[in-house]
Amino acid sequence: MKESQATLKMMQGNIACAEGAIAAGCRFFAGYPITPSTDIAEALARRLPAIGGNFIQMEDEIGAMGATIGASLAGLKSMTATSGPGFSLKQENIGFACMAEVPCVIVDVQRGGPSTGLPTFASQGDLMQARWGTHGDHPIIAIYPASVSELYRMTIRAFNLAEKYRSPVILLTDEIVGHLTEKIAIPAADQIQIINRRKPTVAPEQYLPYEVTEDDIPPMANFGEGYRYHVTGLAHDETGFPTNDHAKIDQQLQRLNRKIQTHRDDIVEVEEHFTEDAQTLVIASGAVARSAKRAVVTAREAGNKAGLLKLKTIWPFPDKEIDAAARHAKKIIVAEMNLGQTAHEVEWVLGRNRDIRQVNKINGETITPKEILDAILR
Amino acid sequence: MDYLYYLRKDKMPHIWCDGCGNGIILKSILRVIDKLGWQKDDIALVSGIGCSSRTPGYVDFNTLHTTHGRAIAFATGLKIANPKLHVIVVSGDGDATAIGGNHFIHAARRNIDITVLIYNNYIYGMTGGQVSPTTPTAKKATTAPYGNPDAPFDISQLAEAAGAVYVARSTTYHVRKMDKYIEQALTKTGFSVVEILTTCPTSYGRKNKEGTGANMLLLQKENSISIEKAANLSPEELHDKFVVGVFVDREQPEYAQLYRGVKDKAQQDK
Amino acid sequence: MKKNAQVIINEDWCKSCEICVQFCPRKVFEMGKFYPRIVNIEKCTACKLCELLCPDFAITVIKPGEENTTEKP
Repeated sequence: MKESQATLKMMQGNIACAEGAIAAGCRFFAGYPITPSTDIAEALARRLPAIGGNFIQMEDEIGAMGATIGASLAGLKSMTATSGPGFSLKQENIGFACMAEVPCVIVDVQRGGPSTGLPTFASQGDLMQARWGTHGDHPIIAIYPASVSELYRMTIRAFNLAEKYRSPVILLTDEIVGHLTEKIAIPAADQIQIINRRKPTVAPEQYLPYEVTEDDIPPMANFGEGYRYHVTGLAHDETGFPTNDHAKIDQQLQRLNRKIQTHRDDIVEVEEHFTEDAQTLVIASGAVARSAKRAVVTAREAGNKAGLLKLKTIWPFPDKEIDAAARHAKKIIVAEMNLGQTAHEVEWVLGRNRDIRQVNKINGETITPKEILDAILR
Repeated sequence: MDYLYYLRKDKMPHIWCDGCGNGIILKSILRVIDKLGWQKDDIALVSGIGCSSRTPGYVDFNTLHTTHGRAIAFATGLKIANPKLHVIVVSGDGDATAIGGNHFIHAARRNIDITVLIYNNYIYGMTGGQVSPTTPTAKKATTAPYGNPDAPFDISQLAEAAGAVYVARSTTYHVRKMDKYIEQALTKTGFSVVEILTTCPTSYGRKNKEGTGANMLLLQKENSISIEKAANLSPEELHDKFVVGVFVDREQPEYAQLYRGVKDKAQQDK
Repeated sequence: MKKNAQVIINEDWCKSCEICVQFCPRKVFEMGKFYPRIVNIEKCTACKLCELLCPDFAITVIKPGEENTTEKP
């Protein structure tokens, strides 16, 4: 039987994100206008009601995050989208989603910061915020596509990861990838793998919504399906009710943090170009990875042994992958549109004795292939 | 009336202080649900943060204890995603009208079919007795040690102005009225609010020399006045009075109904 | 002979707020050291004001002749 055909289209990144969400089964979006993410909200405002889904523009970013979590608890795959200032506002409720283990997707189309910053220019200034924006010890998943095609596929992946790990997932992008128009091959529906949250198999009386299971991921019942349980942001035990018992608190918080870390091999995605014998390793993500690839290809054509490790997952940080790709490297170049948020982690992984150099930009300009090539050849 | 059927008995006794009116409100909610014959699985009780917001932990429904001020936003998502759920929000004066004010007025404007029960004790009780947007002028609180300089909100008027289709106010003393208003609110389609003036003897009462919970209930009994009678009194005569009754009960298209219209249009245009 | 109403006090849940003592229109209660004591059960008309106003679910009033259908906590 012939495999279903993909459909070729020209599409803007943000639109591809909206379409990817729909393909993943998203039927609830709550958002708020903020450049350069608004196209996602506008696309879903048109598309969701047409397929029986729900779009709502909430009164503020915080309300949008709250509504997203509420809809997920009632069983719908839910998403919100924003940029820097809105991402800052959402942090408290993102922490709630972490603590209460509610699957949802938060898109952050990064723009220049800090504060109001540069609404119409890209940056990569929110990488650390994606990890530690909300208070307390919590794990997070953050993935970062570098093309329109990747944005489509990784939006689907974001939903799958959210459902599989009962976690909020931050889908990072940036103003460049979000506003690019590129050719994209949209897979047929039967070619798309969808993962849904694991439901409880026990009777309601035996259900523990925060059970310490073998894989650290408790099954999740939806509100209204016969499993009446308590969801709170307070430190709680396996039953979901608040507790002051230090042993139980430790058990739950350790499980919560382990949940992502022990599955990091499943979660972390990177893309490698010429890394097997790379003497100069370039590390980049998102829009900068596009310039980095051009730079590395040009360097190779001139006989220079450069390689590129494109990070498609930012958190959990691809430490093993970086270590492996850099094994022959005499020089590591981290190119990013921030002041070293990835470089800081790379240094942590590889140690301070390695020659780690940064190519940084925070003024709204993109990092060009030439700038990275110059750093490779220097 | 068997309250125990609706309670998570192993969580009792609840944490509210002796003389706190919150338990009186909870009993009223349970009586009304019992009378309406609603199934426990079909009810979602959503709260923010504060003494009011500890309510969900004690009841055997789908319960959601969210972040400070945000219960209504979470409840909006729940209701849209599963319209069959009866979504009830319990919140406090600070939770709903200070940090949560924006969600409160917009949900009213949107006329989404949830009921919000606001336990108004004029104070931030859980955190030790700080001033709230409803603390009357000149009353004392830990962050208003010389007396509150601010004017307070009238939560019922705020709800009415923002577009709520049903707004009523009771005190914890007026249990029969409270039952009736909560029943009307729960059965009303659209955004309905019942503001219940409750007693906090531990913080508000102590700081303002209002005595025990029993005494504060007595003050409610003696100083309450109906909306109709209050209409004929001057602001000075109304000072320190609790105006109770139904402020508004009107019909407006409800959010889900309006969004169904959006879906119809979107599906025609396809 | 007239049957009395039953007033059951749950001392595990009672917080000694004395609302029942102060609001009972028939003065059925007197406050004990920690908990209310029923001293005038024959005066009780089963108006249930104590049950309605008790914030702690600590009082159950059964009308004369009616069964106690509540579960034991």
